[in-house]
Amino acid sequence: MSRDDDDSIVARYTAWARINHWITAGSLILLALSGFALFHPSLFFLTNLFGGGQMTRILHPFIGVVLVISFLGLFLRFVRYNFPTVDDFRWLGKFGAVLRNEEDGLPEVGRYNAGQKLYFWGMTFTIAALVTSGVVIWDVYFANDFNIDQRRLAVVVHAGAAVAAVLLWIVHAYAAVWVRGTVRAMMRGSVTAGWSWRHHRKWLRQEVRDEKRVPAE
Amino acid sequence: MTNTWMDIKNSDVIVIMGGNAAEAHPCGFKWVTEAKAHNKAKLIVVDPRFTRSASVADYYCPIRPGTDIAFLGGVINYLLSNDLIQKEYVLNFTNAAYIVKPEFGFKDGLFTGYDEVKRDYDKSSWDYEIGEDGFAKVDMTLQDPRCVYQLMKQHYSRYTPELVERICGSPKEKFLKVAEYMASTSKPDKAMTSMYALGWTQHSKGAQNIRTMAMVQLLLGNIGVRGGGMNALRGHSNIQGLTDVGLMSHLMPGYLNMPTQKEPDLATYMSSRGFKPLRPGQTSYWQNYKKFFVSFQKSIFGKAATAENDWAYNYLPKLDVTYDILRAFDLMYNGKMNGYICQGFNPLMSFPNKAKNLQALAKLKWLVVMDPLQTETARFWENHGEFNDSKPEEIQTEVFELPTTSFAEDEGSLTNSSRWLQWHWPGQEPPYETKTDIDIMAEIFLRLKTMYVNEGGAFPDPILNLTWNYQTPHAPTPEELAKELNGRVLEDITDPADPTKIILAAGKQLDGFAQLTDDGKTACGCWIYSGCFTDAGNQMARRDTTDPGGTGLAPKWTWAWPANRRILYNRASADVAGKPWAPQKPLIQWNGSRWVGFDVPDYGPTIKPEQSVGPFIMQQEGVARLFARTGMREGPFPEHYEPMEAPIANLMSPAIKGNPVARMFKGDREALGSAEKFPIVATTYRLTEHFHYWSKHVLPNAVMQPEFFVEMSEQLAAEKGIKIGGWVKVSSNRGFVKAKAVVTKRLQPLKVDGKVQHVIGIPIHWGFTGAAKKGYGVNVLGPVVGDANSETPEFKAYLVDVEPTTPPVTEPAVASVSSSKKQQG
Amino acid sequence: MATYQSLDLRRRSATTEPPPSVRGTAVEVAKLIDVSKCIGCKACQVACLEWNNLKEEVGVNVGVYDNPHDLTEHTWTLMRYTEWVNPDGNLEWLIRKDGCMHCDDPGCLKACPSPGAIVQYQNGIVDFVSENCIGCGYCVKGCPFNIPRISNVDRKAYKCTLCSDRVAVGQAPACAKACPTQAIYFGSKEDMIEHAQGRIEDLKERGFANAGLYNPEGVGGTHVMYVLHHNDQPQLYAGLPNKPQIADTVALWKGIFKPLSLGGIALAGVIAFIHYITAGPNEVTEEDVEHAKALTGGRDVS
Repeated sequence: MSRDDDDSIVARYTAWARINHWITAGSLILLALSGFALFHPSLFFLTNLFGGGQMTRILHPFIGVVLVISFLGLFLRFVRYNFPTVDDFRWLGKFGAVLRNEEDGLPEVGRYNAGQKLYFWGMTFTIAALVTSGVVIWDVYFANDFNIDQRRLAVVVHAGAAVAAVLLWIVHAYAAVWVRGTVRAMMRGSVTAGWSWRHHRKWLRQEVRDEKRVPAE
Repeated sequence: MTNTWMDIKNSDVIVIMGGNAAEAHPCGFKWVTEAKAHNKAKLIVVDPRFTRSASVADYYCPIRPGTDIAFLGGVINYLLSNDLIQKEYVLNFTNAAYIVKPEFGFKDGLFTGYDEVKRDYDKSSWDYEIGEDGFAKVDMTLQDPRCVYQLMKQHYSRYTPELVERICGSPKEKFLKVAEYMASTSKPDKAMTSMYALGWTQHSKGAQNIRTMAMVQLLLGNIGVRGGGMNALRGHSNIQGLTDVGLMSHLMPGYLNMPTQKEPDLATYMSSRGFKPLRPGQTSYWQNYKKFFVSFQKSIFGKAATAENDWAYNYLPKLDVTYDILRAFDLMYNGKMNGYICQGFNPLMSFPNKAKNLQALAKLKWLVVMDPLQTETARFWENHGEFNDSKPEEIQTEVFELPTTSFAEDEGSLTNSSRWLQWHWPGQEPPYETKTDIDIMAEIFLRLKTMYVNEGGAFPDPILNLTWNYQTPHAPTPEELAKELNGRVLEDITDPADPTKIILAAGKQLDGFAQLTDDGKTACGCWIYSGCFTDAGNQMARRDTTDPGGTGLAPKWTWAWPANRRILYNRASADVAGKPWAPQKPLIQWNGSRWVGFDVPDYGPTIKPEQSVGPFIMQQEGVARLFARTGMREGPFPEHYEPMEAPIANLMSPAIKGNPVARMFKGDREALGSAEKFPIVATTYRLTEHFHYWSKHVLPNAVMQPEFFVEMSEQLAAEKGIKIGGWVKVSSNRGFVKAKAVVTKRLQPLKVDGKVQHVIGIPIHWGFTGAAKKGYGVNVLGPVVGDANSETPEFKAYLVDVEPTTPPVTEPAVASVSSSKKQQG
Repeated sequence: MATYQSLDLRRRSATTEPPPSVRGTAVEVAKLIDVSKCIGCKACQVACLEWNNLKEEVGVNVGVYDNPHDLTEHTWTLMRYTEWVNPDGNLEWLIRKDGCMHCDDPGCLKACPSPGAIVQYQNGIVDFVSENCIGCGYCVKGCPFNIPRISNVDRKAYKCTLCSDRVAVGQAPACAKACPTQAIYFGSKEDMIEHAQGRIEDLKERGFANAGLYNPEGVGGTHVMYVLHHNDQPQLYAGLPNKPQIADTVALWKGIFKPLSLGGIALAGVIAFIHYITAGPNEVTEEDVEHAKALTGGRDVS
């Protein structure tokens, strides 16, 4: 039903933003796999993906470092679009309609809807918790800097935050699949105007306005 | 030890004073835990520090270092004034009833006969009144004011609990509690053991410290019984053996005396060694002195020792003075001794005044060090900054290091504290070109002999005639040497009644010293060791753990001197009639025809009880001496004297400074410090993690106590601004050391004569060789003075001051390095 | 450390299936440390280094007798010294041999993510199997006594093995063998408890009214037990935990949290799938495209 061939294109993410996103996504996946490997005996087989238990244990925190730096880039890039607005609450109030793909009665959405914003802040907080607790239990370098009670607390916080992050990620990934036309935003950097009209109308209006202001050369 | 390690389990009260058995003798200490666990024993610790022993004690009482005689004198007073003594024992088995000469007296801290110039006594008044029958007079009612009991009572009446508290700093109630524990063993069936070590010996009056406790033990009836005794804990696995075979300049094997210049011939030498009994019918075993002496001469000089030449008496050196190690270093220091063979010890670190020792060694032409380890003595010339500030470029001493085997690499016997001669076998081959001490000594001797043969000499006879009948002359076997010590029959010995009947055939190994003769027919290297290696084989190699009656004597385990006797004076374990004092713990008893029991009787086996032969058969009196008529240089009764460096005047006799008969060399007395400049009492000791200066060469030991430290109270640290784990400087009038501060509740300031007295503790184990962190020789600090009787240095009580400081300079000073480079250039 | 037969195992870390040994029983062993007999000589510490061929570093003195100052990858047992003035005003020098307590319910094993890196033998000994250890340090956090240490060299966890290699051939642990005062006993747990009763009676007679056996219930009892003069105050002995148990945080983390979160994650996936097959994908309609075209004029917006 979509008419890509007929639709015009709206730029959504620069190449740098996409690279940044996929580094973040990749490291998150690796972290999840290596983390799950150590999380439950039944998943210990996953350590084979990383060259065994010792290597999994060695690599996991370093991937974490990549994630932190990469996510920091994303954060700085997108934080300004993610402050909540009054419309966000109204949007959330009609979340049932969202789930039923009925977007007509919703307030017009800007660059990000309330769900995306929640995801943004969710990831921000879980990653912050993961990195903080991760440092406390990164024994190779920091074992002597924290007492045993702090380290005991950190393992729980780390596991809890990781599960939360994974749950958020499931929502995020599913939403990308569910809302057709979304994936290309991060793949090709652009979305169709129709998609923009449907999901981020306010943003589209803004983009069009901005372009008019800048005369074409 | 009069008793044995295992016998400690039979004790009812165990007193650790003048030692720290848990710390320094942890393996033997297991018998203390056995006594506590199975005999409900009480463990009492009296020590300046709350030690590892104190940590498992039932009662602890602090004491100022160097005041043990005052403390124990107070105990004697307590026992006598409360009549808490074992009366029958004291009356019959000690000289309490003996009447002392009327000339004998005691005034102002001195006994009769003192010569201030010689710092010595004319001891002629220290003796019994001899009756017309030629025997000592006694008063068995103990009422005669001149009897030992009354004199002793009078002497110690001055040692009141109040005075003990003022002198020792031991709170009165704690002192009395200790006295009460001790007194509880005056019951005939109760026994107390005294475990002591260097805490009593390393004093200017060390021998008297021990004697005071021996008197306490006699008053309580605790000598010769199971679980009793005076038990010296020897610090080295074979130090008992060292004294037994006479490795001291004034001794010969078996506690025979080296002749002096006053004894130019055998007749003179023997004239003072008749040991005639002082009471009728007494054994006085030293009457056999000549048998021991002649057999010894036959053992070392063989055929060259004859009746005609007084058994080669003229081969023996005659002493002008004793040549103890303190004197040896003084001679080196003064350039009068210029070669030195140092075998198996580390005098640079072990004897007082390290600076003097260093200079003394630097004046030698040559130094030979025989040791399994790289000792500081062998490296005395190396500069290690403040740890050993020598000037290598100025030292010309040629040092030869001869590596020797350790105990685990050779065969032989070790004599432990229990007087057991325990044979041991090598656990492994010695490394590289290491040789046994025996092989090295044999090589030296044989080369020396060759030189005498070829070049003659002033007096070659003793060297040329020394018996050397070993299968391999340059490597005598330990078994050959042990057999020599045991002794053998040289000529057939016949029955006096029937000369055709041979009792002992030539060539037979002796069964024991009872077979020795003074006519040259027997040879014996060390009479007390006779019986250790008989025709029945090597008794020292026995490993039979059979222990009849569970006494802890295990008579078939190795061999104990004398005569495999495990508890000395064991006749005293039974009453006058021969019945055991403690029926539940019998040792030997009279069965109507002989003395029988678990141990070899220290007594004629068939002497009837009614013969009134005393149980202390080595004494001319046959009884033990509460009043020591001979043997002690300070006097017949131990008297409290302050250490040579003391924080207060002697409260008993203020005019007396230190031990009045202690010997001090020129310069050493001047080096004593005053309490004004050095107000803190220091005491030195060993830690369980280390053995002297040896174990710091072993990694695990070095890990356990890596670095030199001193211990002090929290109060002193606060006063001086010293932080836990910080660096402190400890100075005496002779030098200083720097150490880490261990600030602890285990040391508490004492109240001495009403004033606060701080005491610090200094463990001794570090030096500039080995695996542990480098540290100072603690002997920098102590005074150069020894016990008046044995010349054991006074390391346990002297004066210092402490202050916070900076870490030591550990590398040689730059100037010294550049000057040596200059020399090389 | 030691090799083992799986039949000897009672528990195995990060393993969900029950080990064969649950079918049988074995005599449980225990080491009894009689603190009241201990003189703090450190022979046990040296014996441990020697038997296990461990090389500890020569440290420095920091003002106490405890050397090294803490357990390390090499120091599996350590004497800890406490000076305590009792209510009577008398000093007591409490010396405790610290090391793995070999809990019956071992927190380390519970926390370990690596299958077979930590095992518990039938006799109760808890052992680390180095070749399976991944060095994550979870055991350190799981241990209620703070015992395991991770090597800085090979990043594997180490602790007292209770000399499982010696015990396997009928020998007592090296420390028990070396102890000069027999403050360390070794035998069946039953016998050790019985022996301890005699010692406790003796201590009570000597005035230690609260003498007792330290065999904490919170970790199912231990296979290293102490006779304490003051069993009412174990914390006096260099902070021996009063009522040790696996930390709540660790219990939470390794307990209910794991299945719940895995379930939660799975559930999230299922819900998404159901949503997809019921609500279907959210697609752009022609209407949307028309509206957009009206706005953009059919041009791309860059």
